[in-house]
Amino acid sequence: MALPNHTPLNYRIWHYTYLTFCGLVFFFLIAPLFVILPLSFNAEQYIHFSAKMLALDPEGFSLRWYEDMIYGTKNPWGLATKNSLIIAFFATIGSTILGTVAALGLSSRHMPYKAAFMALLISPMIVPLIISGTAIFFFMAKVGLAATHTGIILSHIILGTPFVVITVTATLTGFDHSVTRAAASLGSNPVNTFMKITLPLIMPGVISGALFAFVTSFDEVVVVLFLAGLENTTIPIQMWVGLREQLSPTIMAVATCLIVMSTLILVSAELLRRRSERLRGINR
Amino acid sequence: MSKEQILSSDGIPLEQSLKKAERKNKLKAVLLVAPLFLFLLIIYVFPIGDMLFRSVDDRMITKMLPKTFKAIENWDGQNLPDETVYKGLYEDLKFLKENKTYGKIIARLNYEKSGFSSLIKKTVRKLDKFEEGNYKEQFIKVHKRWSQPEYLVALKNAAPNWSYAKYLKGIDMRFDQDRNIVLVEEDRRIYKILWMRTLNVAFWVTLFCFILAYPISHLLATLPMKYSNLLMICVLLPFWTSLLVRTSSWMVLLQQQGPINDLIVWLGIAADDNRPELMYNVVGTFVAMTQILLPFMVLPLYSVMKTISPSLMRAGKSLGGTPLISFLKIYFPLTIPGIGAGCLLVFILAIGYYITPALVGGASGSLISNSIAYHMKSSLDWAFASALGTMLLVGVLAIYWVYNKLVGIDNIKLG
Repeated sequence: MALPNHTPLNYRIWHYTYLTFCGLVFFFLIAPLFVILPLSFNAEQYIHFSAKMLALDPEGFSLRWYEDMIYGTKNPWGLATKNSLIIAFFATIGSTILGTVAALGLSSRHMPYKAAFMALLISPMIVPLIISGTAIFFFMAKVGLAATHTGIILSHIILGTPFVVITVTATLTGFDHSVTRAAASLGSNPVNTFMKITLPLIMPGVISGALFAFVTSFDEVVVVLFLAGLENTTIPIQMWVGLREQLSPTIMAVATCLIVMSTLILVSAELLRRRSERLRGINR
Repeated sequence: MSKEQILSSDGIPLEQSLKKAERKNKLKAVLLVAPLFLFLLIIYVFPIGDMLFRSVDDRMITKMLPKTFKAIENWDGQNLPDETVYKGLYEDLKFLKENKTYGKIIARLNYEKSGFSSLIKKTVRKLDKFEEGNYKEQFIKVHKRWSQPEYLVALKNAAPNWSYAKYLKGIDMRFDQDRNIVLVEEDRRIYKILWMRTLNVAFWVTLFCFILAYPISHLLATLPMKYSNLLMICVLLPFWTSLLVRTSSWMVLLQQQGPINDLIVWLGIAADDNRPELMYNVVGTFVAMTQILLPFMVLPLYSVMKTISPSLMRAGKSLGGTPLISFLKIYFPLTIPGIGAGCLLVFILAIGYYITPALVGGASGSLISNSIAYHMKSSLDWAFASALGTMLLVGVLAIYWVYNKLVGIDNIKLG
């Protein structure tokens, strides 16, 4: 963004003010995440940059909180991780299948009341979680699924499907339907056509929808707060409980692990998006 | 139209066979949507309907005092009712005492009129000494409140199956004893404050997000790809990171011994022993929510700005417009769809936010959703929680409807 030499001074000032402002906003967005990283290696008990840490003295740093996270007797992070992964896994599969199939129907030009259906299917993303949580809790309590993995998985499927519907419909907007007709004219049945032709083409959308569904379930705390018993505790629930009591360095260690995980997810989502654009022939 | 019909290869008129194919395609599309639709209907739409139902359902007490309510129906509410009402009340209370379930009606009746708690407890205690006949006199002997018509009016008011009293409570109103709707006492008006604070926070957070997001979206959209992709990570990484992680990082930053306060002390704005409270109040809620919701503003703005050709601004300048005028007359109007999408999305998300206000908001920064959670988990007044939830839901759905009209729900873009 180099300015030409003849730029008048007031434009120059204006331009650099604008760039500085943008820099500050980017800093505001990203810096809070990086505060957590060094604190998780703190050797002391308090969430504070100690003098030793600021002096970069190796004694100021330690892995004790990671040790505590994994081996600590009081910390149920093991159970929470197991539960979170089980719930997120099944919720992802459920929302991906239901969402993809629904997206196929919604993208068809023969679908009646398309806008109304779309608005309804997306609504779990828009309705505040506290309301979804309340309503789903009443229902699960009534059918005896409160405090079970099944109940939580079913509700997470609902919360995850809008993302799958959105990403898969987006992939299908550029979809060339003549390829499926070609397959049909060559004697392929619809299921075979879907598996061999359509699915590989919309795969990037399906996977990025699945990633969204996974993150939604893995990160979801409000509905689980209502539904979970002691046995169903998840990572977000444990973080919530921990944060309400006291900021402990162990939570910083868990948070660091989650940041690393989200970085990996971000990278894979970005790669998928580019692949999808290449596959659909969208050049930017 | 010619009389002669065009036939398809199997001899059926073409029009008919096209219609048939159309019907088949339609059915296929509907069948594909059906599984998710039904799933949503059973586990999502029906429970939300159940929640609406719960918020007005007042049948519990009707079921517990059936004879009393049947007898009190004919009473005009002026003088004391006749013997049948007291006889019904005696039989109902006796039944409840035998089943040990009268505790439930105490809370309900005490809500209708305070003083019922001790009245019912005392009456139930003495119930075994009642003799047959002339119940009215015996009731009044046990407690003189049974001779005061206002208690019996309150009893009559509790009779209908449905009640919107919980909604009135949600806007700081109630029924007085003559069934007029009045404001509650000054020191108990908390919900109006909560609603106003929720709207206020949602409005300002949306505005802050807009102010911060507009320049950076513009920068992202105009920079060459290799730089903008790098900067986009700053937007997307928080977007993909756990909400609790982001909230906890704000708790670290805003605490009294935290880095921001250290900075304030170092700069000499505040003394070390007089560090400002940045957390557990509205300030914390504002700052944390703005940062957390910022990506939801940037992404729609960016995707709109990306489509605006830079030659438009150059054309504006070449025609003599100053940068400011070109911006206001050309660029800004073109970004309005993005502004609408971003602002509505952030506002909708902010108005129902729960986790962040609960953790960094404290008492003065808590919002209406925190109150719903409180009544669900602590006070166990589920009907009231449902009523508050319904009110919030109606508000959100109204904005959602506007969003759908303005932006189109299928135009939401993710990442």
